[in-house]
Order: sequence, then C-alpha cells, then structure tokens
Amino acid sequence: MEFNYHIEGGDFSRAGSASSEIKKILKQLNVDSRVIKRVVVALYEAEVNVVAHAREGEMRVMIGVDVIEATIADKGPGIPDIALAMQEGYSTASPRVREMGFGAGMGLPNIKKNCDRLDIESVVNAGTTVKMTTFFTG
Amino acid sequence: MNVKEIIGPLELTACSGQQGMDKEVTGGYTSDLLSDVMGHAREGQVWITLQAHGNVMAVASLKELAAVVLVKGRRPDEEAAAASDREGIPVFSTPLGAFEASGILHGLLNARDKKP
Repeated sequence: MEFNYHIEGGDFSRAGSASSEIKKILKQLNVDSRVIKRVVVALYEAEVNVVAHAREGEMRVMIGVDVIEATIADKGPGIPDIALAMQEGYSTASPRVREMGFGAGMGLPNIKKNCDRLDIESVVNAGTTVKMTTFFTG
Repeated sequence: MNVKEIIGPLELTACSGQQGMDKEVTGGYTSDLLSDVMGHAREGQVWITLQAHGNVMAVASLKELAAVVLVKGRRPDEEAAAASDREGIPVFSTPLGAFEASGILHGLLNARDKKP
C-alpha cells in the first residue's frame, strides 16, 4: 500500500496531519502499538521539519507486510552539514518557530531513535530527502 | 485516577475537550518543547505547559495524552480549542505555575500508588 501527502512549508496549522493519517491506517492494520508509537514520532518530526524549514514537501509512505518505509522529500534550503544537524540541541529554526516550542534541536535525533534505518540526502539550496524504515517485528 | 479527579487539586478551569474527562491519568509530563514531549511523554500522561497553540493538540493527539494543563492562566487559542474538542482531549487552564502544578500532580500520583 502506498500513501502520499503534500506538506506545505510554513503552514503550522496543518503540521502533523499526514502523520495522524498514517497512525490511523496503521491502527486499522492492527500493527503493534509499540511500533505505531515509534513510527508516529519519526513521521511527525519529519513533517514538522518540512513545515519549519522548507517551501514544500511530499511524504510518501509504503506499508508492506512487515515494514513501513517513509520518504519525505522537500524543496528548501537543504542541510549543509548533516552530521552537525544530527547533534542533539543543534537547530537553525527561526525565532518564531522556537517561540512555539519547536526548534530545540531534537527533531532529527528523535527520528533516528524511532526508526530502524535512516538515510538523509541533502543538496544545499535545493532540498532534503529523508528516508526512514521501520520493521514491524523488532 | 481519571482526569476529573485532578481538577480540584490543580485549580483547573475546563476550556475544551470535555468529553474526555473520564480518561485515565497514568502520569504527568512538564515541558514547553514539543519535540521533548514527542520523544519522551507516554500515553495517558497529563501534559503541563505554557504553550497554548494548535500544534500542542497535534502532539497530544499523536501521543494519546490524557489532558493538557496550561499554566499561569493561559488559555488555548482557537485552533487548539477546536482540536481539543475534535480529539476529545481536555485542555485546562490553571492560575498556578508549571512548578506548582507539577508538584501537586506528582503528589496525587504518589498517593494513588501508595494506596493498598
């Protein structure tokens, strides 16, 4: 099964809606609730990253028998130094975004902790693609 | 202990999401950073915060939290109140600060755990 969602940059009122849809689908499929909890954290953080940093993005989620694979590709500023961005506490979020309680430099570390495989590719001034894989049977 | 039972001790005023008053409270989490809550809060906890915007409810719903307590008299903005009603997750306002509200909730949870 494949599901696609458009994510609009800067639109915080919709942030989390794609993750919420996927959560509902995984529940309907009777996926282990511990797995759902992990997947939801990773998806939400990736979704918020697009809203907070990019112009727009697409979330493509493929659900197989024992695996969920999500690819979040955005058009935006890109990440010059991915290793630095992965460090807990490092953030380039705007003051406005920080005031809302985002931009604490916890998003990417949260994603890494909550998926089994993570690939990030980024081109500065073009965009970032985050691919995360989580298996249903730990 | 359910959500209703913390109303008196925490000096709460119900703002929205009142259909969720009977939800079981399993614990509490106090933070104003959404990713912190996303990464560390657990299902059934009461979230104590001063953030009152709609994204708080997105996090509360994804994490299946029992309720949100806004401190220092803050009230949910329109978006947060609408989401709270939609999701059935109550949002409360308390005149207390986060430290006091957390201390009281912690005490209630401890007293519950010590009951034979």
